[in-house]
Amino acid sequence: MKFGIVVFPGSNYDHDCYHMVKHVLGQEAGYIWHKDKEIKGFDCLILPGGFSYGDYLRTGAIAKFSPVMNSVREFAERGGLVIGICNGFQILVESGLLPGALMRNKDLKFICENRYIRVESNDAPFTRLYKKGEVVRMPIAHADGNYFADDETLKMIQDNGQIIFRYCDADGNITGDANPNGSLLNIAGICNEKRNVLGMMPHPERCSEEILGNTDGKRVFESVLSSF
Amino acid sequence: MLAKIYVTLKKGVLDPQGKAVQHSLESIGYKEAEDVRIGKFIEVKLSDMPKPEAEKKVKEMCEKMLANMVIENYRFEIE
Repeated sequence: MKFGIVVFPGSNYDHDCYHMVKHVLGQEAGYIWHKDKEIKGFDCLILPGGFSYGDYLRTGAIAKFSPVMNSVREFAERGGLVIGICNGFQILVESGLLPGALMRNKDLKFICENRYIRVESNDAPFTRLYKKGEVVRMPIAHADGNYFADDETLKMIQDNGQIIFRYCDADGNITGDANPNGSLLNIAGICNEKRNVLGMMPHPERCSEEILGNTDGKRVFESVLSSF
Repeated sequence: MLAKIYVTLKKGVLDPQGKAVQHSLESIGYKEAEDVRIGKFIEVKLSDMPKPEAEKKVKEMCEKMLANMVIENYRFEIE
């Protein structure tokens, strides 16, 4: 399987994602520069974390007009698998590939810490190797992860089972205290209606190796591999 | 021509930054500052064109890029 990692000016988790799929999973991987108009030969695209265009205007607001994004949109429309992590998630909501918006964290701070998240759905190519309701721990590192959608959109993503991850406590309870950033319904990750595009604020690529002390994120990539 | 564009959060969208500023205003004695909402002010210098055309262009700019229509509203004046 060949993973393509899209590199925007200001992406800074691109190498982590590359390392993860290339060296940990042992798959083919390549970088895709944001100015590339064509993307060929990739089976799954990853939009990595970082601060594309310095987060100017709004996170993801300028990256969504990078030439590569038209190809990303076409790839997704053809059913190709797309994962947006952190800034990648922000770019996907700005582009309209995922519903809603990601706003400044409720307490206005950049948060970098490990968090418990609950797998709300394993009916997606990205989570099929997790158990529904399973509690995992992943790091978050963001200032703008406060998920917002209007009532109608929120109801739609709930009814369609598009909520994939929610922040919870160690026992899996969805509580206000377990919510790091003010996200509606403690949302940490969602997919699109066709379930081939995932956006998530936590960083699975940063917790996929024993040497890092946590392998809870590895199954996101292994799930993709097993869906291929 | 100059477009003066105001981007504000929609009603019902929480504004923690505005809230913090409101608390701070209150703490320095401005009890009458009941609510604060923070937005963006953007100036775009435009090449000369008929005003209706400029309005159409600026509307497009706002909806495509300058505002996120999920959470923000915009208004503008053209001088």
